[in-house]
Amino acid sequence: MNQKQKSKTTKQPPQKTEIRLSGSGGQGLILAGIILAEAAAIYDGVNAIQTQSYGPEARGGASKSEVIISTNEILYPKTTRLDYLLALNQESCDKYARDLKEKGLLIVDSGAVEHVPPVHSIRLPLVKTAREKVGRVMTTNIVSLGALVGISHIVSPKSLEKAVLSRVPKGTEQLNLKALKLGFEMAEEIRERFED
Amino acid sequence: MPEKAILMQGNEACAEGAIAAGCRFFAGYPITPSTEIAESLSEKLPSVGGKFIQMEDEIGSIGAVLGASVAGLKAMTATSGPGFSLMQEGIGFACMAEIPAVIINVMRGGPSTGLPTKTSQGDIMQARWGTHGDHFLIALIPESVKESFYLTIKAFNLSEKYRVPVILLLDEAIGHMREKIFLPEYSDLLLENRVIPMLPPQWYKPYEVTPDFITPMAPFGTGYRYNITGLTHDEMGFPTSKENEIVANMNKLRDKILRSAGDIVDHEALYTDDANTLVIAYGSGSRSAKEAVEYLRSRRRKVGFFRPITIWPFPEKELAQIIKKVDQVFVVEMNQGQIIDVVRKVECFHKKIFGINRYDGEMITPNQIISKIREAR
Repeated sequence: MNQKQKSKTTKQPPQKTEIRLSGSGGQGLILAGIILAEAAAIYDGVNAIQTQSYGPEARGGASKSEVIISTNEILYPKTTRLDYLLALNQESCDKYARDLKEKGLLIVDSGAVEHVPPVHSIRLPLVKTAREKVGRVMTTNIVSLGALVGISHIVSPKSLEKAVLSRVPKGTEQLNLKALKLGFEMAEEIRERFED
Repeated sequence: MPEKAILMQGNEACAEGAIAAGCRFFAGYPITPSTEIAESLSEKLPSVGGKFIQMEDEIGSIGAVLGASVAGLKAMTATSGPGFSLMQEGIGFACMAEIPAVIINVMRGGPSTGLPTKTSQGDIMQARWGTHGDHFLIALIPESVKESFYLTIKAFNLSEKYRVPVILLLDEAIGHMREKIFLPEYSDLLLENRVIPMLPPQWYKPYEVTPDFITPMAPFGTGYRYNITGLTHDEMGFPTSKENEIVANMNKLRDKILRSAGDIVDHEALYTDDANTLVIAYGSGSRSAKEAVEYLRSRRRKVGFFRPITIWPFPEKELAQIIKKVDQVFVVEMNQGQIIDVVRKVECFHKKIFGINRYDGEMITPNQIISKIREAR
């Protein structure tokens, strides 16, 4: 009954990457965490663990989803020092920015977060893109994943695409692929700007 | 054999384990943080010919589960603290009437409605003594998604074999955590089924005291007519107040569990050969404890680790062997100290025993454990 987990060690980032996706309840952050963990654990073949924390409300309230990606076994499943933090509202930005590593990166929604703390950060129009370019504000989570992975390469974009398709509700695949592509494009622009 | 890897939640793994174990009936009432078990089984059970029913409350749920079990199905329910409290009467009835059933309690903060979405290990003693009377049952506690799958199967196996309610205690952190698991081929799994009587109905004694204290169980509706009661009963299942029959009834309920403890009880021990310090932890807390132990050993501290997998009956004999060799013991719990008293009972020579506790709804961290152990030096 005891299976050894085969972790194919590809050219993965350091040993352990800690990511927190935060915002308010109902923004699809827990699903985004699941998709990211699935991309890493199933399609990239490394170890990943996803946990979540939310209040008793169905919508609103603080919500966060955490993912740890590692080439080793993961015991303690929660994050301690973040490599990446996504903050979709001011509250979560204020609350969690201090959990970033010195070289960690904060990604915030430019519409919802006005005051960005003095850490490495990128402001992106995530909600706006979902609302205006995809046409559905509920795809903010997928746009954000596209941007995060496009910038960080914590999982391969191909794996992320597979994971999105396996987890989003049937009938919304095209919509979500469009959202993902827009997220990737946003990241591409950022990367070009940095390379210049 | 590693099959396809799946990213699965602890709660989903329980549902999958139940299907693999042959569970074909679920009755329950949704409650955070256990709801995904019901949600998942409401999809899975009909597709394997099973039944799923959402009852009016948890009292009805445990009743329906016991009814289904008496009719011959492997049956279960899943709940959390407040619902687990409501189920206690039914659990006691299952102990007395020797009805197999699996009850999953995904622990959240308490008492009362407490912290619905936060983690806790507050129901360890409730699992043992929640229902009234001098009773015996079995409780298991997993530390991972994979173990949630296998312990659900073990819960059914023990429940069927010993005709006893088995409680599976997850904590919210394990129930809601997602990690990668490889599901086995279900046909390779070792499954226990309750023993069915071979005798014709007129000779059947439903509560006969057998050499191994386990009596074959006839499914209702198959021609074996017998009485089921919560009252102390004789071998035919009818109420009795004769001293010898009372004692025989009580001893049977005890001995079928305690005399088979070797088969039931399971634990994990690491680095105990040279340890002078022992860390005891269970459920999600053991993940942090293991990380702390690994760290301390890398700093040349002789720290060992012990984890009860079967929490009731507690692996007392196994712990006693290990604990006599160490100088100090730390008991990591996400409550204000419940298993620590059991450890004190095992180790009665007044060694230094310290609790490391957290009960604010969050998981205990490796650093918290490391600093407590360092402080105690």
